[in-house]
Amino acid sequence: MKIAVFVKLVPDSAATFTVDNGQPNWGDAPLVINPWDEYAVEAALALTEEHGGEVVAVSLGGENAKEALKHALAMGSSEAVLVSDDALAGLDAAGAARVMAAVVQKIGDVDLAVFGKSSIDSDHGMSSAMVARVLGWPSLSLVAAVQSAGDTITVERSMEEGRQVVESPLPATMSVVKDFGEPRYPSFMGIRKASKAEIPLWSLSDLGIEVPTAAVTRSEIMAPPKREVTNEIIKGGSPEEIAATLADKIIAEGVL
Amino acid sequence: MDFQLSEEHLAVQKMVRDYTHKEVIPTIKEWDRKQEMDPNILPRMAELGILGINIPVRYGGQGFDYISLGLVCEELEAADSTLRVVMSVHTGLNSMALLQWGTEEQKQKFLVPQARGEKYACFGLTEPGAGSDVAAMKGTAKRDGDEYVLNGEKMWISLASKAHHALVVLRTSDDVEDPHDGLSAFILELDRKGVKTGDIHGKMGVRAGSTGWISMTDVRVPAENRLGEEGEGFKIAMSCLDNGRYTVGAGATGLIRASLEASVKYAKDRNAFGREIGRFQLIQQKIAYMVQSYEAARLLYLRAGWMKNQGQRNTRETSLAKWFATDASFDAASEAIQVHGAYGYSDEYDPERYLRNSKGAVIYEGTSEIHQLMQAGYALGYRDDGELRCELPAYDPDFWQAEA
Repeated sequence: MKIAVFVKLVPDSAATFTVDNGQPNWGDAPLVINPWDEYAVEAALALTEEHGGEVVAVSLGGENAKEALKHALAMGSSEAVLVSDDALAGLDAAGAARVMAAVVQKIGDVDLAVFGKSSIDSDHGMSSAMVARVLGWPSLSLVAAVQSAGDTITVERSMEEGRQVVESPLPATMSVVKDFGEPRYPSFMGIRKASKAEIPLWSLSDLGIEVPTAAVTRSEIMAPPKREVTNEIIKGGSPEEIAATLADKIIAEGVL
Repeated sequence: MDFQLSEEHLAVQKMVRDYTHKEVIPTIKEWDRKQEMDPNILPRMAELGILGINIPVRYGGQGFDYISLGLVCEELEAADSTLRVVMSVHTGLNSMALLQWGTEEQKQKFLVPQARGEKYACFGLTEPGAGSDVAAMKGTAKRDGDEYVLNGEKMWISLASKAHHALVVLRTSDDVEDPHDGLSAFILELDRKGVKTGDIHGKMGVRAGSTGWISMTDVRVPAENRLGEEGEGFKIAMSCLDNGRYTVGAGATGLIRASLEASVKYAKDRNAFGREIGRFQLIQQKIAYMVQSYEAARLLYLRAGWMKNQGQRNTRETSLAKWFATDASFDAASEAIQVHGAYGYSDEYDPERYLRNSKGAVIYEGTSEIHQLMQAGYALGYRDDGELRCELPAYDPDFWQAEA
């Protein structure tokens, strides 16, 4: 089984987001592999451990995106590819999906393209479905477990209403949720392998595609207004009195 | 001079930090209160390869350098001292001694399973009546044909009740001019007949760890379990301390960092007199001293680690790193409590645990007073480190990383 797993470098989840001059600013937060993508790598590795095969980690971005790829290599991925091109700046989700689909085709013989359920910076969560649309493959979203995989794949989808078991032919794309299982730590041997890895760099011309035209552009970015929070300690002679005062305040505030 | 950690170093550091944040820190207070060791700690450290981080791959380890060992210890003790203690005894005091002094057969038999984490190891030097005065030890090993018969008791032994192997130092001869020359080192399998072990409770700190005793009554071990030559035990023990103290110094650096990070967070969260307390100069002074201690302690242990990598004798530098970092970790934890005010006095917050944990390392592996004597001895020219028959091998990546 040949799996392409897509990983992205994002600001740490503890980062504070602000808008400066109309541009998003994450401060000096460290950049880390998108936490959801770690689940995707875990799923890919678990599948190849059970069914054999290889995992190719892929990232779109600048030189620093290698950090995310090295994390995936240290976790146990067989290979990594960085897609980097000045023309990638300003790409929208649909354009990125076209690039990712082209990567899958260039890697060749991919049975499964695996994604985290979303990335914590842009958070649109559509990559798996959009890449499937470009490739003409089935898309399996919110996968919590793989029951079997061969010529077809049977997965459990995790939804708010419960679980759904679906079967699909391969090749397919798949987005993974954290129910799949806690991602493994990079192993020490993996860390060494990753530090020595020469990661190939593919440009759009290597992929044989034109620069996708962005259909969606960002006209404005706004930081949400700060919430003013005040604290008030309710006093009273008895618990009943305190509770009654609290209930009155909750009703007065319109909470109930 | 290159102060830059390598990509591998940073990745090792992050991996261990992720492990402690996910699997240790969330529950460590409960284990500390219970005075029990979390049963998952040792198997998990073994499974992740932490126990053999700096042992060559051919001997079951991960093949990283001595600086990596220090970084791992810093990360572990930033979570809790008990985890670093595991590294001190299993790796620093025992496995590295096998690497330095062991025959190839001993390495294959004992070091390989230890580095893989299949067997746990501890170190038995201290006795009820012999601590800093090592040569006062009463435990004996008498040669009897192809065997030695061991008798005695070792006290304050970390992992005594958890380990499979102990490296013990015992008296093999009284017929020597200098009592230090009558000591020898032995690898003791703790399931041998005549061995008993137990835990010590009621410790001030390291309560989530295992500290105990080993009793030996007519324990027979084959002569091939002797590490080094007969009479070489004191030199071996002191070389073990060069490695154990390195892990202690690096770990104490992590404890300073933990006190600093807790203090910074609290100073920005807590308000008094209408502003966050970090705005007050006396709070800032405490934090500034913690920063100073952390940076200095870190440089000291990294220098010692670098010297180990180069194959340079580092007894003086390791002693200095251990002495400085452990004293500074006690001061930092105490000041962290002060920053936290009354909450620092409660076990709901971490600094009181940091303080209790820090004190042990000021005493074991050479008290601060011993290290002061050592440093003065070097400065005054009274002390010189003679060559050892077996020096700790320099880090050679090709040798370390190659399969057997």
